[in-house]
Amino acid sequence: MTISAGGNAGAQASSAMHHRALKVRSFGGHLVSILVTLFGLLVLTFVIGRMMPADPVRAIVGEDATPDTYRMMYERLGLDRPIWEQFFRYLGDVLTGNFGVAIRTGQPVINDILHVMPATIEMATFAIVIGACLGIPLGVLAAVNKDKWVDHVVRVFSLMGHSMPIFWTGMIGLLVFYAALGWVGGSGRMSGFYIGMIRGPTGFLLIDSLIAGEWDIFYSALNHLILPASLLGYSSSAYITRMTRSFMLDQLNQEYITTARVKGLSQRDTIWKHAFINIRVQLVTIVALSYGGLLEGAVLIETVFAWPGFGQYLTNNLLIGDMNAVMTCVLIVGLIFIGLNVLSDVLYRVFDPRTR
Amino acid sequence: MIAPTGPILNVKKLNVSYRTETGYTDAVRNVSFTLGREKLGIVGESGSGKSTVGRALMRLLPSARITAERMDFEGTPLLALKEKQMLDIRGRRMSMILQDPKFSLNPIRRVGDQVAESYLIHFKCSKAEARAKAMSMLEAVQIRDPERVYNLYPHEVSGGMGQRIMIAMMLLTDPDLVIADEPTSALDVTVRLQVLNILDTLVSERGIGLIMISHDLNLVRNFCDRVLIMYAGQVVESLKASELGKAQHPYTLGLLAAQPRIGGSRAPLSVLDRQAAWETPLEAVQ
Repeated sequence: MTISAGGNAGAQASSAMHHRALKVRSFGGHLVSILVTLFGLLVLTFVIGRMMPADPVRAIVGEDATPDTYRMMYERLGLDRPIWEQFFRYLGDVLTGNFGVAIRTGQPVINDILHVMPATIEMATFAIVIGACLGIPLGVLAAVNKDKWVDHVVRVFSLMGHSMPIFWTGMIGLLVFYAALGWVGGSGRMSGFYIGMIRGPTGFLLIDSLIAGEWDIFYSALNHLILPASLLGYSSSAYITRMTRSFMLDQLNQEYITTARVKGLSQRDTIWKHAFINIRVQLVTIVALSYGGLLEGAVLIETVFAWPGFGQYLTNNLLIGDMNAVMTCVLIVGLIFIGLNVLSDVLYRVFDPRTR
Repeated sequence: MIAPTGPILNVKKLNVSYRTETGYTDAVRNVSFTLGREKLGIVGESGSGKSTVGRALMRLLPSARITAERMDFEGTPLLALKEKQMLDIRGRRMSMILQDPKFSLNPIRRVGDQVAESYLIHFKCSKAEARAKAMSMLEAVQIRDPERVYNLYPHEVSGGMGQRIMIAMMLLTDPDLVIADEPTSALDVTVRLQVLNILDTLVSERGIGLIMISHDLNLVRNFCDRVLIMYAGQVVESLKASELGKAQHPYTLGLLAAQPRIGGSRAPLSVLDRQAAWETPLEAVQ
C-alpha cells in the first residue's frame, strides 16, 4: 500500500517535472523565434536604408556642398566601407541605443520619437477601446440576428466605417462637431492657450495633466482627443465587427451550442457563456493587429487634426529622405508588431486550455 | 414530486416544415405516438426525420415551422408555451443526449463545470452544492476518479468518458423524459455496450421515459420496449421491440432483410426496393 502510494507520488512528480521541462522548452523556442525575427527586422531596416533612392549624404550636406565636403561626410557616415562592415556598425549602434541624429530637428532621432510617440499611443489606445467596445457587441448582435434587419443595419454601418476615407470623415467631423456644434476641440492636442504649460514625465497629456492636477488642461486634451479617436475607432470597428460576426457565426453552428440550449440556458447566456468565450482568442488577435496598425500612426487623421504624432513624423522624414529617422521608425513599427504578437500568444495560452 | 398520471408524451399529427424559396418543405409529417415510462426507439435512415422529431419536441428548431394537433408533455401543451416557459422545461424536465461528445461539449470549459451548470440553471444553490451534485452524478455514470475528471477539458477525455459525462449532465436534474439522439454512434464498438448499460440502469432506476433515436435496428431491438419505424418524415410502422420479427410494412421488412447475420447464407443481401406508396402515413398509431 505504502509502496504503491509512494510510486504513484513519484510518478506524479516526474510527470510534473516533464511538464515543466516541456514548458521551458516551448518558452525557449519562443525566445529564439523572437530573436530571429528581430534580427530579420534589423536586416530589413538596414537594407531599406541602403536601397532607398535617396542620398543620405546629400540630405545632410545640402545641394551646394563642394565635392570635398561631400566626400568627407560620405566617409564619416562609413559609406566607403564594405557593406557587411556597415551592417555590423549599424547593429552596434542600434544595440547601444544610438539611432543617429534627425536632419530636420538636429535632435537624436530617439528623442524625437519619444516626443511624438505618446501622442500617437494616446490616440491609438482611445481609438482601439472605442473600436472594440463598438465592434465586438455589434458583431455578436449581427451574428445572433443573422439575415434579419438588425444584421443588415449593422453590416451597412460597418461597411460605411470601412469605406469612407478617414480624412474626409475627419473634415466632416471637424465641420459638424467643432465648427457648427462646438462640442469638441479643434486641431492639435489641446487649446493653443495651454501649449507649453505642461511638461510632464510621461508625455501623455491626459496623464501628465492629472499628475499636475491641471483639470482644465486635462479637459482640453480630452476634448481634442475625443473626435479623432472616435473617428479612428469607428473605422477600425468596421473590421472588428465583420470579424466578430463571422467568428460568432462559426461558433453558433457548433453542436455544443445545442447542448447549452438543451440544458435550458437562455439565448443570452448561451451566447455569452458558451459561444463568446470561444472566440476570445481570435478577437484578441484581430484587436491586437488593429491596435498595431493604429500605433503605426494614422497619418491622414494626424494631418487633418494637426496631431503631432508618429505617422506624421515618419511621413515627413520619408519625404525629405532622412534615413536615420525612417530606419528607426520602421524598426519601431516592427517592434510594436513583434510585441503585440507575443502578447496575443500569451493570451492564447490564458484563454484556450488546448494550447496549454 | 407530483405523481405522474397518464403518458409523459402525447403527440398527435406532428408536422415540421422548413421554408424554402418555393414554399414550405415537410421534414416530418403526421407523426403520432405516446410515451409512458418506457424506452421507445425511433429508427430510420438518414434524413427520415427521426432527429427532427426529437428536436421539435424540445422546440430547438428556430427556423422550422412546427405544428401538431397535440404535443403534450405531462399534460402541458408544449407548442402553446412561450420560450421563457420552455426554458424551465428544457434541461429540467426533459433533456437530450447528443451524438458526439467531441462536438457536444464546450471545448474550453472544464467538463465538471459544464455538468454542474445543468444544475445551477434550474436550482437556486451555491456553486459548491452544484459541484457536489455533479461529482456524485459523475460517480453514478461510473467515472472512477470524479475529482480528477471534474477538472479536465473535453479534449482530455475519451469518447466513452465524454458520453458518460454527457449522460451525467443530462440526468443531473432528474428529468422525466430523455431523448437520446444516436448516443452511441460516435463511440467505439467496445465502449458502446458499457455506455448503453449505464444509460439503461439510470433510466430504469429513476423511471425516466426515454426516446432512443438510432439507425441501428439491432440496438433498438435489444434496448427498447417499443419501436417506431420512420421513412420519409413519417412513421410507417409502430410495434413492440420483441415483435420486430412480425413486422408487416415492406420498408421494415426490407430493412430487416438487408442485415447480415453471422453464420447466415453468403448470398448477396437484399437491397431496398423503394416504393412511392411507402410515403403515405400510417394512420392508426395509438
